Amino acid sequence: MLTPLIDAICRSEGPRVLAGLIRRCGDFELAEDALQDAFTRALEVWPRQGLPAAPAAWLTTVARRRAVDLLRRRRSGLLYTDEPPDVAAPQADDADEPDAAAHSGVDDDRLRLVFTCCHPALAPAAQTALALRTLCGLTTREISRAFLEPEATTAQRLVRAKRKIRDARIPYAVPAREHLPERLDAVLGVVYLVFNEGYAPTDDARPLRPDLCAEAIRLARLLVELMPEEPEARGLLALMQLHDARRATRVDGEGALVPLEEQDRSRWNAEQIASGLAALDAALALKRRGPYQVQAAIAALHARAPRADATDWPQIAALYRGLLAEHPSPVIELNAAAALAMAEGPRQGLAWIERLEARDELAGYHLLPAARADLLRRLGRRAEAGLAYEAALALVRNRAERLYLQRRRAECRS
Amino acid sequence: MQYVILIYGDEKGFATMADDPAAQQALYAAYSKYGGDLRAAGVLRGGAELRPTGTATTVRVRQGKPVTTDGPFAETKEQLGGFYLIDVPDLDQAVHWASRCPGALTGSIEVRPTGASVAAA
Repeated sequence: MLTPLIDAICRSEGPRVLAGLIRRCGDFELAEDALQDAFTRALEVWPRQGLPAAPAAWLTTVARRRAVDLLRRRRSGLLYTDEPPDVAAPQADDADEPDAAAHSGVDDDRLRLVFTCCHPALAPAAQTALALRTLCGLTTREISRAFLEPEATTAQRLVRAKRKIRDARIPYAVPAREHLPERLDAVLGVVYLVFNEGYAPTDDARPLRPDLCAEAIRLARLLVELMPEEPEARGLLALMQLHDARRATRVDGEGALVPLEEQDRSRWNAEQIASGLAALDAALALKRRGPYQVQAAIAALHARAPRADATDWPQIAALYRGLLAEHPSPVIELNAAAALAMAEGPRQGLAWIERLEARDELAGYHLLPAARADLLRRLGRRAEAGLAYEAALALVRNRAERLYLQRRRAECRS
Repeated sequence: MQYVILIYGDEKGFATMADDPAAQQALYAAYSKYGGDLRAAGVLRGGAELRPTGTATTVRVRQGKPVTTDGPFAETKEQLGGFYLIDVPDLDQAVHWASRCPGALTGSIEVRPTGASVAAA
């Protein structure tokens, strides 16, 4: 059946087409509606006429025509305002007009979209939802699962955000040079969100999306170009490249997660690792540390170790402690405890994890019992490890990790 | 596109300035400059300082009867003290002007796009 293939094409081409549409229409909702209609057309027409050679161009053309249609209908339906809505009619020509954003030095629709999605005038949850929708092409249902909220709530959130953008006229642009630094944190957050969506989707219903990882890396490169003096942009680029380099070995033939120590390092992408290490060096040369750089440094230590048992765990543990001091969070603390266990022995790590558990901040987070199970297993306390794996299985939401935890649990019982 | 810049601040703080003529003068000078800058940029369409909420009267018509009460529509921690009406291309520019308003240093500036507008003449 052609439908899954068409779906996949629409999903992967969607964000790029959408970004261009938004630029022309100046209206997220209009652009999205038009694109949605173009998708519907594609599902009707492509099975009959065959797949177009350039699906993105096809979708763009159809969506643009549809946007003009929708706009005409909207305008004729208006009863109350004196002035016409300030939505520019989509242009018929294909030429990309240079616009104000170009003077920032980088002319890219999806980068504009990133900045718009994380505009401070939008509520933080709205920023995330909008980014997942427009940059990752997630459906409302998929986003609602990431937020653990009812679909109707997410739908409302998205509608309100798009309307705010239109009605308050949040500009669709890369901000001017002098305003870039204050937007940096939010922008890096969105790009990392896109990466994680492709690398480790929260739940089962979503496929692995290497195209999102590639897109996030592309966006990070643009950000480095845009803000060459910002080490965290380079740090994020390095972090994502170093993680992406391991993608081929992350999951085995059955779809189960493969832990770092069991991954076949010969199948790690050496070129990406080299790129990532170079980006990290360039970041560190700017002498302004930050959390992305630290996380990249940790990833670099893994990437540099020729074998799992050659990993510099004491250094990794030290980096985590540094990260924790600057950015305390229970999740980072859990990672720090796991690293400590590798550096100094499972007992110390276990004690720390048990203290974390007592504080109850990570209730519902499957990696907490999973980490405890791992250390109990290393200590030979198999019955307790089995129970902890059970606890993790009750909370895990994605198949790859579930299969891995099931395997471990079975090992504890045998 | 038009936006209103609504200046909210703690009136009590403002009132204590009556005892400090130098501070008062500095504040008025800052607002004077601000208005001048808006005008020079060609974005100003109107505006006014509002007298304190002690001078406010609230009117509601319920069941056909006008009900008039003393005071603002609601007691709030910060009170509306003034407004500007500006015309700028997008929200970022409106926010930029709002951040330069002297009231932003101690109070809160709400920026809201206008919908349909009514011509005075």
